[in-house]
Amino acid sequence: MAFDYDKYIRPGKLPHIWCPGCGHGIVMKGLIRAIDTVGLDTKNTAIVSGIGCASRLPGYMDCCTLHTAHGRAAAFATGVKMAKPEMDVILVGGDGDGTAIGGNHFIHACRRNINMTYIILNNKIYGMTGGQFSPATPTGAKASTTPYGNPDPAFDIAKLAIGAGATFVARGTSFHANQIDKLIAEAIQHKGFSVVEILDDCPTTYGRRNKFKSVVEMMNHLKDIAVPVKAAEKMSPEQLEGKILTGVLFKEERPEYTSEYAKVIERAKAAK
Amino acid sequence: MAKKVAFLQGNEAAAQGALYAGCKFFAGYPITPSTEVAEVMSAELPKIGGKFIQMEDEIGAMAAILGASLTGTKVLTSTSGPGLSLKQELIGYGCIAEIPCVIFNVMRGGPSTGMPTGPSQSDVMCAKWGTHGDHPAICLVPASVQETYEEMVRAFNLAEKYRTPVMVMPDEIVAHMRERIVFPEQGELEVINRTAPTVPPEQYKPYDTSFGDVPPLAAYGSGYKYHVTGLNKMQDGFPTTKAEIVQAEEERQIRKVEANKADIMKWEEYLVDDAEIVVVAYGSTSRSARFAVNEARKNGVKAGLFRLQTFWPFPEERLLELSKKVKAFITPEMNLGMCHGVVKGCIEGNAPVLGIFRVDGEPINPGQIVDKMKEVK
Ligand SMILES: Cc1ncc(C[n+]2csc(CCOP(=O)(O)OP(=O)(O)O)c2C)c(N)n1
Ligand code: SF4
Repeated sequence: MAFDYDKYIRPGKLPHIWCPGCGHGIVMKGLIRAIDTVGLDTKNTAIVSGIGCASRLPGYMDCCTLHTAHGRAAAFATGVKMAKPEMDVILVGGDGDGTAIGGNHFIHACRRNINMTYIILNNKIYGMTGGQFSPATPTGAKASTTPYGNPDPAFDIAKLAIGAGATFVARGTSFHANQIDKLIAEAIQHKGFSVVEILDDCPTTYGRRNKFKSVVEMMNHLKDIAVPVKAAEKMSPEQLEGKILTGVLFKEERPEYTSEYAKVIERAKAAK
Repeated sequence: MAKKVAFLQGNEAAAQGALYAGCKFFAGYPITPSTEVAEVMSAELPKIGGKFIQMEDEIGAMAAILGASLTGTKVLTSTSGPGLSLKQELIGYGCIAEIPCVIFNVMRGGPSTGMPTGPSQSDVMCAKWGTHGDHPAICLVPASVQETYEEMVRAFNLAEKYRTPVMVMPDEIVAHMRERIVFPEQGELEVINRTAPTVPPEQYKPYDTSFGDVPPLAAYGSGYKYHVTGLNKMQDGFPTTKAEIVQAEEERQIRKVEANKADIMKWEEYLVDDAEIVVVAYGSTSRSARFAVNEARKNGVKAGLFRLQTFWPFPEERLLELSKKVKAFITPEMNLGMCHGVVKGCIEGNAPVLGIFRVDGEPINPGQIVDKMKEVK
């Protein structure tokens, strides 16, 4: 039987705003399947985003949804989760939203290891504002504000998350659609701050400036550069040149923030 | 039973007032001269099962309290000048999304890092005009430790009642001085909680104006699933650019405060009835002004004090009325003429307004005000 996405979509809120060929919708379907797999109660699930095309995702989801300001999703979500730890909190947003203007909130959410899942839809560009370069845009790429090629080096978002203290970090692509829900489901079930970076596409503002002739070509590019972590173990550095690793990249157990704060409450009450 | 009495600092009283009002969540970032509020909250909140979090910056702190408030929790952040500037982005979010919260801001010298330990009153315009776009503004300006406590309780009440951010802004002198305070007993001061929806979840709309200008707000996780955004929105919380809806919604947000001014505004008139010279003052400056008025009266000068307890909304109508019978107003303040300009703007030129402005980190002393009275012809 076909999967019933409608169960999780807000009645009357489709069609979505995304362009034909945009990768964001594929990630949303993956998220929905993950929510279904884990069996989250939508009444007790908050989906929090910033600003951007990716950040429009929560509006379509039949949950407690919070479309915040540009870059601020992680900080709003931290307030929700701290005040009501029994809620499941999922963050979504673009690469620009999360790692430029929201970079500070992002790394501190990782450091606290607060039990939330952050899905970063990395299309390597500021889509909503028309294709300016983001901290994830490859060096040399063309964006509306890098007409001579991007001089900036790019962040490796997964590495950034690991370095900042996230305790579960995974990466997938919109080409590998069937893997997305599995990565997100595992991230939700992990106790701590989990980050799932999904490389996807913005054909409208990135593809056309960077000589991708079609969405299919962009998807094929994602297929070509993705190497599962297991497979990568057997490959030489030369073979891995220009590739990106996919799958669960990092996982560790570390005290989770709201549980640690529950201990603070116990200590404060005992000292009263 | 005798009431509990203490010798308390303004900032400590602010924290205690917040707790009395039912505050259960605090997010902040350290900054002089307001840090004591965070320190007290970090110690007191966990004792009652509340939550304290020190965020990575003031933007994050503002975001965290807004998120926490949506779970049905009463929330507070505290800061000072540079932090207030950072919070402005999300104060606007709180206004448009209509999320109750209290922002405690101790006024120190500015702009920028300015004078971190010097008193000032130069954030009062920032309280109204700091965030972009049209939006409601409520700003309370206490003048004593006792009043800081009580106005904090009132600030929470106003935030909950009108579903909007409320600012409490003492100057550094009020925030750092120590005075006797008599704690109100439980039940003595009114404590208001936001209105929760009575309709079933399927019918709930977060901005349903059929319930009036202040629609009920459901808590996340209480069975109600709804959408919140910083975009101009419709009654169901979803974005719209429909001209008539945007216009009506923006006007309603302002009206929530404007139509309820009588409930929100507070001021004290001291010897104003027969006064020829009225000193309009607030915060610690009003204490010098009261002293000056008493001195002037001893010398037969008919002086009075109009003490603002709320800066926004501003009591324009009452000052206009007074302007028809006084010889002059005097506005002493620790800035370069902020209240001065507002007073001038509402009295239609009926009387001169003489300003005393200090931004040198020193308080305005009564002698300066008495001297200024001599200039009134
Ligand atoms: C404070 C602020 N600065 C700038 C903007 C303009 N802005 C809106 S979306 C956006 C970029 C979004 O890019 P990204 O997060 O990568 O998401 P995408 O649109 O590509 O999905 C920018 C710069 C804003 N809304 N707020
Ligand atoms: S502009 Fe790009 S990111 Fe935005 S909806 Fe279109 S394709 Fe997607």
